[in-house]
Amino acid sequence: MDLSTAYDALGADLQATLSLWLIVLGGLIVIVWDAFRERDALIPVFAGLILVGAIVWDLFQLTAEPATAFYGLIRTGGFAAFVNLLLEVSALCTIVLSVPYLKRIGKDYAEVYGLVLFAVSGMMLLGAANNLVTIFVGLETMSICLYIMAGLVREDEGGIESALKYFLLGAFSTGFFLYGIALLFGSTGSMYLAEIGHAASTSTSAMYWSGVGLLLVGFLFKVSAVPFHMWTPDVYQGAPTTLTGFMSTASKAAAFASLILVLFYAVPYEKWTLAVAVIATITMVLGNLVALSQRNVKRMLAYSSIAHAGYVLVGIVAGSAEGYAGALYYLLVYTLMNIGAFGVLALMEWDNESGRTQSLDSLAGMGYTRPFIGVAMGVFMFSLSGFPPFGGFLGKYAVFAPAIKAGYTWLVVVGVIASMVSAYYYLRVLYVLWMKDSTDPAAMSNDKRVALTVPASSTAVIGFCAVLLLVFGVYPEFLQMAVDFFSPSAVSIAP
Amino acid sequence: MLQTFFPLFLQLLMAGGLALTLLLGAKYLGPKRPNLIKRQVYESGMDPVGSAHQRYSVKFYLVAMIFIVFDVEVVFLYPWAVTFKDFIAAGSGLGVLAVILPFIAILAIGLLYDIKKGGLDFDS
Amino acid sequence: MEIPVDWYLALSAILFLLGVIGVLFRRNVIIILMSIELMLNAVNISLVALSQATGDVSGQILVFFVMSVAAAEAAVGLAIVIAIFRNKLSVDVNDFNLFKH
Repeated sequence: MDLSTAYDALGADLQATLSLWLIVLGGLIVIVWDAFRERDALIPVFAGLILVGAIVWDLFQLTAEPATAFYGLIRTGGFAAFVNLLLEVSALCTIVLSVPYLKRIGKDYAEVYGLVLFAVSGMMLLGAANNLVTIFVGLETMSICLYIMAGLVREDEGGIESALKYFLLGAFSTGFFLYGIALLFGSTGSMYLAEIGHAASTSTSAMYWSGVGLLLVGFLFKVSAVPFHMWTPDVYQGAPTTLTGFMSTASKAAAFASLILVLFYAVPYEKWTLAVAVIATITMVLGNLVALSQRNVKRMLAYSSIAHAGYVLVGIVAGSAEGYAGALYYLLVYTLMNIGAFGVLALMEWDNESGRTQSLDSLAGMGYTRPFIGVAMGVFMFSLSGFPPFGGFLGKYAVFAPAIKAGYTWLVVVGVIASMVSAYYYLRVLYVLWMKDSTDPAAMSNDKRVALTVPASSTAVIGFCAVLLLVFGVYPEFLQMAVDFFSPSAVSIAP
Repeated sequence: MLQTFFPLFLQLLMAGGLALTLLLGAKYLGPKRPNLIKRQVYESGMDPVGSAHQRYSVKFYLVAMIFIVFDVEVVFLYPWAVTFKDFIAAGSGLGVLAVILPFIAILAIGLLYDIKKGGLDFDS
Repeated sequence: MEIPVDWYLALSAILFLLGVIGVLFRRNVIIILMSIELMLNAVNISLVALSQATGDVSGQILVFFVMSVAAAEAAVGLAIVIAIFRNKLSVDVNDFNLFKH
């Protein structure tokens, strides 16, 4: 057995997926570092630098030729680099926002940063997977890290209860997901997405469709689409706020990227679209309607994130290169808006229960005490509700336009009406921040208000997200770039 | 036919003989100073009589958790170990050994973290 | 005599269903955890049988990963259960209803 060609391939593969290995190695170093010097203040700095390095590397990979590495297990190049960048930016923002937040709630464990890095490595595997085994490993690496993060404040009954709920339902859905993989494998005889799609293009069996159905259940659970959303509000409300931002953005983006790859490569188009369109409809309608009646901001943002999963699904239903690219672009914009919004909430939280018990009205008049974060929150809320010229508007356009082209006008009509409804609850946040009287009995007392410091690092991250949203709302170059990931030349890579 | 099973019979004989010798040896040669605790039914240190629903230390869970995690990792070593011999014969044993070392190193990091954080410290 | 693959698939489906029923109808967290493990291992039977039937080892490789993932999940799950037991002195899921409105 001559291994020299295998070693050559290994070198090239390691290089093509360097950002992934950098992050895994960084996570391991963080764990060892923390074992010897507990809660060292330099650990988050190190984790951030690792992510910066990975971001730089993936920026270069963005224009690389799409290919696969490790015997076709994982994709590299354009699509993968785009998803990786999204995940790394989300993780970097989370780490910077988490340092002061976790210190304030007394939970400044350095393991959190290791967990963030490991979770990102799982997400990167998931979002660039070309094989069902890779998808499973990535999904579980991500999920297990997220379960721990949700239960970080283990003394708080809300925090640990949300972790338990997340864990039980997550593991339950993993079972279905895995059964789906087994059935797909059994009916087509392969784990590679492209080979599965090839086998399915000639004939499909009942076993194949049960497999696709079970796999979809697993994915829809992870992206919290109705009717698999029931865990989302409780988990988002109970988990530490900055980490909720991470969960609601990066994990969804990775699961959606993987779902796009599976549907694009392994499932014939005509057969699944109607089912997904129905799920998109009820997700948008239910998410937005329930969000209207929420009094807790975190819970409201959880239902809003359910609704946004519905918008992304609209782009996927379109099934064209523009539709998938629109979904990817929407995920990018959504990540910036949600990380920013949860970052702002983390700065305004004082109940020591991860904001679980704090009502929206308690934030009355905060806009005047902290004008900068008030304005930034305005950008995020306008963008979430889809007002131009912010990124959210272009994102919605990018998912709705291809759906109309594909003949799903009714779906887009529902989506537009749903986002008009959503404007009510997003703008109510701004109303409370800027126009409500801060002498309201529920509002934060003055000394608590003074005690809340706004660190420069958090300000920088929130400002960064807000500025990028403006940029993405005006320059659609990134959207065009995403379209090219699905151009005929890019998709025809052999597994 | 019977000939093929001869080593098996031999093995049975040796195993049974050894057990019998040890038991009888202990019975007739060993000193006997019985007391209450020694005369109790052996239950791995637990009280043999009483409610089975008593609580025990959470440390047991900790050790069990660590055990399942490290124990299961062997499944990844197994396929590697089975093919290792072929690679040695082909003269690329060292290279294939190098492939498994990062895996072992990651496990070692986990163990190191566990020891440093007091996961194996039973007295605290 | 060769046992046809359908029998393995049927066994796996029955065990999976038992696991699902266990998760849905039992209220003790530990038993729910065990039912989830049962679901994962039921799928493992399918994977190994299908791997044998199709002659592709990747099904068996996935089983390795499922086993280690199940172990990691059990570890994290038990840790969460211990934490919640310390908090509420109960492992009954009906007692965890802080978020019900």
